[in-house]
Amino acid sequence: MSSQIKTDLIEINMGPQHPSTHGVLRLDVTLDGEVVVDCKPDVGYLHRGVEKLAEMRSWVQFIPITDRLDYLASMLNNAAYVGAVEKLGQIEVPERAEYIRVIMMELQRVASHLVFFGTMALDLGATTPFLYAFREREDVLDLFEMVCGGRLTYNYFRPGGVSRDLPAGFYEKCKAYIKKQREKLSEYDDLFTNNQIFIARTRDVGVISAADAINYSLSGPSLRGSGVAYDVRAADPYSIYDRFDWQVVTREIGDSLSRFLVRVDEIKQSLSIVEQALEAVPEGELKCRTLPRMKLPEGQIYYHIESARGDLGVYIVSDGGEKPYRLKWRAPSFINLGALNSMVKGWKVADVVAILGSLDVVLGEVDR
Amino acid sequence: MRGDEITLKDCFPDGLYAPTDIFGIANCKIPANALADVCQKLHFDLGFNYLADITAIDCQDRIEVVYQLTNLSSNEKIALRVDLDHETPVIDSVVSIWKGADLQEREVYDLMGVVFSGHPNLTRILLPSDWEGYPLRKDYVIPD
Amino acid sequence: MEVKKQTVDRPLDYIERIPGGAIITTTVDRVFGWARESSLWYMLFGLACCAIEMMAAGAARFDLDRFGMIFRATPRQSDLMIVAGTVTKKMAPRVKRLYEQMSEPRYVIAMGSCANAGGPFADSYAVVKGVDTIIPVDVYVPGCPPRPEALINGIMELRKKIKEETRTEKSERVNAGR
Repeated sequence: MSSQIKTDLIEINMGPQHPSTHGVLRLDVTLDGEVVVDCKPDVGYLHRGVEKLAEMRSWVQFIPITDRLDYLASMLNNAAYVGAVEKLGQIEVPERAEYIRVIMMELQRVASHLVFFGTMALDLGATTPFLYAFREREDVLDLFEMVCGGRLTYNYFRPGGVSRDLPAGFYEKCKAYIKKQREKLSEYDDLFTNNQIFIARTRDVGVISAADAINYSLSGPSLRGSGVAYDVRAADPYSIYDRFDWQVVTREIGDSLSRFLVRVDEIKQSLSIVEQALEAVPEGELKCRTLPRMKLPEGQIYYHIESARGDLGVYIVSDGGEKPYRLKWRAPSFINLGALNSMVKGWKVADVVAILGSLDVVLGEVDR
Repeated sequence: MRGDEITLKDCFPDGLYAPTDIFGIANCKIPANALADVCQKLHFDLGFNYLADITAIDCQDRIEVVYQLTNLSSNEKIALRVDLDHETPVIDSVVSIWKGADLQEREVYDLMGVVFSGHPNLTRILLPSDWEGYPLRKDYVIPD
Repeated sequence: MEVKKQTVDRPLDYIERIPGGAIITTTVDRVFGWARESSLWYMLFGLACCAIEMMAAGAARFDLDRFGMIFRATPRQSDLMIVAGTVTKKMAPRVKRLYEQMSEPRYVIAMGSCANAGGPFADSYAVVKGVDTIIPVDVYVPGCPPRPEALINGIMELRKKIKEETRTEKSERVNAGR
């Protein structure tokens, strides 16, 4: 009987002002009853023309702009851009700076995944985990503030090093934080990760197979949630990641829960890397002498790192001058968003929120 | 049976495989009409299953489109470079090979004005649909 | 045993209490102003980086709930719009529409350099140079991004403004379309 009832397709508009689109994303969702038939992401509401701005800024002036792309992982953006500049300009980085960078990058990954944890919970209707995650994130921000004075936008990396050395008391505070965070992680598990409602909302929801994930160029935890062990830190080692003992976290199923669990486990891995790096930071000078009007040799480079959201690539073309000739930002969030339509088709409209939350997109990076 | 194995050279039309190494990535220049064929072979015969990036560079006299490909099992990388006419840049879409190309090609179209023929929905993506001009072109005049 | 006299903390400075009685006399403006400033519900609406600091201001450490401020997900129920981030040319019509969907009395805080004047993206082709070119702004909070403390300070300034504003001033302002 019910199969004979014809329903009209309705088109609903999610965003750009919507509590769970993580910024100014608009989704054009077509529904048959409650079931999603089609979902078109409409992006660009935060398009700030960053790639054009790069052509008007000097090499060093562009670093603060990178902070504001993926604003949950500014240190990692700094790392991608500065890494590309260093490789193109063949600028050496002192050992001590490399270790400080790894500490900052991994702390940033933890902070970013904490926001993911909190907002994912908020999207699914649980407000408390959000407050817990932000409470611990403030501790990471305190560490960053000690180091460079900024809470969100750091402008810390420089071609050839970092802007300033670690302040007194950093090691102790950082170690205390790691200890505290590890304890809190088990609290999160009790509170949220093992919660039956959360599991029911995410298990087997929005499954994407490994082959599809690769075909859609997914990257980062969203790709690893489908069982593909591709992490730029391991596959194409940069900085000094080959010196630490850590594992690429994967989950096999490719559902929203897998993507969530990959990130939670990555927090543990990152904490372990920070701990190892803290033990091994060598003494020595930072020797960072950045010229405000530095020039890079003529040439091109494609450089990529593993950001909190995935494979973050920077393509730089230099004509030998003081400014980039062309700069392209390969934003993992943007490309991950391309797979959303295939993931939400056939699911209920409420699952769209869970699936989108598990992709962890940041609109600053999507729109650039 | 090593003789039967397909090599990189076989994927390119006659004599076109002449890679230049740019920081560890083999960059190959190919003509626009060979792109679809080369991509097909690279993907299905040599396992370049991951399209990392598509970008375009305005070189004033021409527009160069660059594809970054990765083979996720062997971790091999290759970049394809295609020169296009500056006034009317047209190239085949690769969405049928890598679905991840969908948004990336739309972005390149939006900001650089490269037309990808065969793309299912080639519309502006980042800028409003009534926007005029392509901002990343060097001759673009920034409106007030 | 001495019974401590019950006092109301803040309204006392402008409310007269008749000795011994339960009657107080004051003006309508003051009662309205007091009610409005004490429960500013803000719209859950973030644009860019500043939105993360706005979230941090609402979360555990800074806790905007202390000021009677909770977020509402719809403009229809909001009193305050915090424009947190870069307003792009594509987003500007939506920001204006959201503002128009809010009911009076409504207030706007421009948070951060981008909302104030375009910030580090002011020379971009896609960015509106200040949200005050499309909607009226009550308080500007500088910073890139402003710290949560700075945002809270901006909110305090807005509360002062609301408290002092008379009904005639408010309706004049509304009628003038600002």
